[in-house]
Amino acid sequence: MIELPTEALWLVIAFPLGGALLLHFVGRWVGEPRAGYLASAASLAAFVVAAVAAVPFFTGEGHPSESLLWEWMPAVGASFEIAWDPLSALMTLVVTGVGSLIHIYSVGYMHGDPRFARFFTYLNLFTASMLTLVLAGNYAMLFVGWELVGLCSYLLISFWFTKPSAASAGKKAFVVNRIGDFGFLIALMLIFSAFGTLSYSGVLGRAAGELSGWAATAIGLTLAAGAIGKSAQIPLYVWLPDAMEGPTPVSALIHAATMVTAGVYVIARSAPIFELAPAASAAVAAVGALTALWAATIAIGQSDIKRVLAYSTISQLGYMFLAVGATAYVAGVFHLMTHAFFKALLFLAAGSVIHAMGGRQDMEEMGGLRKAMPVTFVTMAVGVVAIAGFPPLAGFWSKDEILSVVFNQGGWYTALWLVGLVTALLTAFYMFRQFVMVFLGKPRWPDGVTPHESPRSMTLPLVILAVLSVAGGLVNTPFRLGLEHFLEPSFEGVHLGHPPEGVSLVLILAVLSVAAGVVGAAMAFLAYHRPAEAWRRFQTGFGRVWGWWENAYRVDEAYGATLVAPGRRLAERTAFGVDLKVVDGAVNGMAWLVRAAGRSIRPAQSGLVRQYGLWFGLGLVAFLIWILLRGGA
Amino acid sequence: MLTLLVLTPLLGAVVVSLIPARRGELHMPLGMALSVAPLGVAGAVFFSFDKGEASFQMVEKVVWWEPWGIAWHLGVDGISLGLVALTTLLFPLSLAASDSITHRRKAFVVAMLFLETGLIGSFLALDLVVFFVFFEVILVPMYLIIGIWGGERRVYAAVKFFIYTALGSALLLAAIIALAVIHASQTVGGALSFDFPTLLALDISPTAQMWLFGAFALAFAIKVPLFPFHTWLPDAHVEAPTAGSVLLAGVLLKLGTYGLLRFNLTLFPEATVSLVPVLAGLAVVGIIYGAVVAIVQPDLKKLVAYSSVSHLGFVVLGIFALTSAGLQGAVIQNVNHGLTTGALFLLVGMLYDRRHTKKIADFGGLAGRVPLMAGFFLFMAFASIGLPGLNGFVGEFLVLVGSFPSLPAFAVVAAFGVVLAAIYMLWAYQRVFTGPLTGTANRKLVDLSPKETAILAPLAVLVLLLGLYPGILLDRTAPSVEAILDRIEQTTDYEAPSPSRLADVFVSASEDEDR
Repeated sequence: MIELPTEALWLVIAFPLGGALLLHFVGRWVGEPRAGYLASAASLAAFVVAAVAAVPFFTGEGHPSESLLWEWMPAVGASFEIAWDPLSALMTLVVTGVGSLIHIYSVGYMHGDPRFARFFTYLNLFTASMLTLVLAGNYAMLFVGWELVGLCSYLLISFWFTKPSAASAGKKAFVVNRIGDFGFLIALMLIFSAFGTLSYSGVLGRAAGELSGWAATAIGLTLAAGAIGKSAQIPLYVWLPDAMEGPTPVSALIHAATMVTAGVYVIARSAPIFELAPAASAAVAAVGALTALWAATIAIGQSDIKRVLAYSTISQLGYMFLAVGATAYVAGVFHLMTHAFFKALLFLAAGSVIHAMGGRQDMEEMGGLRKAMPVTFVTMAVGVVAIAGFPPLAGFWSKDEILSVVFNQGGWYTALWLVGLVTALLTAFYMFRQFVMVFLGKPRWPDGVTPHESPRSMTLPLVILAVLSVAGGLVNTPFRLGLEHFLEPSFEGVHLGHPPEGVSLVLILAVLSVAAGVVGAAMAFLAYHRPAEAWRRFQTGFGRVWGWWENAYRVDEAYGATLVAPGRRLAERTAFGVDLKVVDGAVNGMAWLVRAAGRSIRPAQSGLVRQYGLWFGLGLVAFLIWILLRGGA
Repeated sequence: MLTLLVLTPLLGAVVVSLIPARRGELHMPLGMALSVAPLGVAGAVFFSFDKGEASFQMVEKVVWWEPWGIAWHLGVDGISLGLVALTTLLFPLSLAASDSITHRRKAFVVAMLFLETGLIGSFLALDLVVFFVFFEVILVPMYLIIGIWGGERRVYAAVKFFIYTALGSALLLAAIIALAVIHASQTVGGALSFDFPTLLALDISPTAQMWLFGAFALAFAIKVPLFPFHTWLPDAHVEAPTAGSVLLAGVLLKLGTYGLLRFNLTLFPEATVSLVPVLAGLAVVGIIYGAVVAIVQPDLKKLVAYSSVSHLGFVVLGIFALTSAGLQGAVIQNVNHGLTTGALFLLVGMLYDRRHTKKIADFGGLAGRVPLMAGFFLFMAFASIGLPGLNGFVGEFLVLVGSFPSLPAFAVVAAFGVVLAAIYMLWAYQRVFTGPLTGTANRKLVDLSPKETAILAPLAVLVLLLGLYPGILLDRTAPSVEAILDRIEQTTDYEAPSPSRLADVFVSASEDEDR
């Protein structure tokens, strides 16, 4: 096997970046479907290079390495440098692997769109940006990727920009993320002040010896603020449901599998800092657990097929936050990976359904799609079972590991474990609810809708992702901790949270989490595998609570009333009250006074140049007098 | 070479003025062609500039009037190099974008070239009288450009611009004379001197420093403009023709930040150190205030104008951070702002040429109709927002990270400006370019012509280049910036914060607790 030097890893970024540039300038002439093939090939090429370069880590012979590309802002220790270690390798493989499948799927999904080539330009640009984020060896370069994925997210959410809701959603995503970035920027300032550099090698390796607990806590909390924005956690999650305005492959790639996990990645990457800041870690865990539960309840009340998945993603990201907050970094990254598989699968399957329903997303208009779309049906079933945490599918292993590590932390983490367990039940409930409403029962299709299975380019990625969702969890089981071993070099010197020692306790915890899933699934079947009138009665049975879930607790409205509207009023008052009347008013008032004074002294001949000369002379005389009085020094 | 650089535009102005008025079609193309010459000279200066050298290079000095110590003294260093290059780049581009100027074209071209000489001269002058003359000379062509070729309220805007900035200049002149007098009092024989390097050696009492700093700073603060001296700017921008706006925002405002950096920091180091909170405070207020006011502007041009107030706040904050990262950030942000805001004003002008309105409410959904224009606008908007990878980020990031160690609270507040920038820019883009295409006039819009694309493309390339590889500029700036900082550290008891100051602070804090 050839060993690839770290110096060559820029190729991983260069392939999709080159694809994006090429398509940007000549995409119109490349046309459909070749633009899609070209972009897919670029993404696959990146995957292949990364896979080859990652081989030494699999064989256990690899060592983390860095390579400097070029200096960027030496004054703050910012440069373009690549860090290649098991963590970045794993992230790269997930991004390019799942990403390539989504590229291929999009060739079918975006068929006939007038801006077909432009879509793939953005998709390639996103891939390059995400790879910049995970391959960065430096917090500043990470921030480049961090913001560029935000840009791509903006461009892709508002891809159909003539729809006002899409344009608005894109802006909302970027602005809300920027609020998190405000925290992130402060984190970078703190890091630079503490270490005099932003490079991982200069920060993470030295943190243990040089960083005080206070500084670590400050850095940890501000980094977490950035992560909360990017990974859509409370209180900044509100942009993600709206992001569903983008084409569905975008939701799968950016808003489920990759970009939104960047926050989790950053915290895992900064483990040596969080190691010194238990308070920051605890805050992350609490936010994660709370978000997991909060978003899961909202997911129950949604009837839009994509919104269910959006809130589900927020909830699952909450699990990952809970994990990294409980120092279960490996478990968090593990769940990040399995979630990338099954959530990408679920979104793509949902896209297939939307495609078949002629763009409709309301699950109340679906039902009975089982026969019309057999491949989508089976693969989505796999995804649902995987996310619900049924063994031996991928979601079981990662979620179970998170819950058992959190339980083992003891103290008030036990409460977080309980929240996680309840969320597991709710997860199974809303996912099976969705599954039943879409595929089972009698069709409720509107007139003129004749669902059909999607083309091969779309179903093939579904099948591959389904296989990964089944088998992907086997890389890290209590019997064989493959992933933990693989990631070891990335977390050297970091204390990792572990599941309890006793076999029986581990088993009890596993049984509990599976039981939660079974109960949730059974409840969903009981409530929804019935005529629509029956489940509507079931829903109204919850009374006002259902309304809260359905309307997502009206958080958007609350933000609008307490932040957006007053903010706008403040801006208007500042602009048209303070600026125009007070500040500029003072200026004009002064001018008026001078003119009036001038008129009274020497009437009616105050030209512009004269006034200028007057001031000129006055100033001069004043200063000369002053200098003479002071004796020249 | 520098004298040549200053005089080529002037020569161009003379040539154009010799072309008779009846050959009107010649003036504009000739002016453009002539304005490419200084760009070439500036390019030669830029690439023959010695990166390792901190002090003035390519110095030229001819004594003019011995008794008063006035000399034609020019030189370039890392502080002025980027600005000179920016100036010479923006002139041909703005002239090319001035097709809509239809009356008195000859006068327009002459005024523009005259303005260019004034600007280049200001950046290169090392004699305070020469500097002041150039600094003042600029007012006249700019006054004419706004007042003759401007919009409806052009006279009000032009007069306001003129009086406001001239007011500052009067104090500046008085302070310059005071410096020469102080020189006389400290030299055997009592000779006056206006020579900048000579004046640096003066020993000025702290009180005198405060007064002189104040006079210099006020003149420059009006120019920047620093809050609360900014209200002439939106009026001037809204009324100025496109070329006027581009040069006003792109270069003229930089005279203010350049002046603060060049003169205030070096001539009055003690006053600088003690007045940091005032200047940095006004800068931070400006960052937030400009951005907040920009959000709700109904006029696209006014929005960009207020964004300048915010962006230049970053420059001033970087200057008074008194750290090498902060100062480097200030210098490069000066250039970056010229490129992105210049481009945004060009785009607004191109939109105005087509629709004869700048009101955001008059537009909607243009991206489907004019995708190229929308693409350029969005690109420049993101550069202005400070998207990493584009140039705006480099300046802001250096300023923020550089000012945190010395002014942590200021830096944190300033960082919030980054959030506000995203709000006003993206909201404006949303209302102008996305959504359904509205209005019959908008439906007839034509996309950028090849000429317009050619005007914007070089700016876009530079935005990307400086974003990814700012070393082109930073390498040349760093030594000069260090020299200024060293000078302040040597002449005062100020000490630039060293890295891991935070760790020290926090460690000692926690140790205190342990005890």
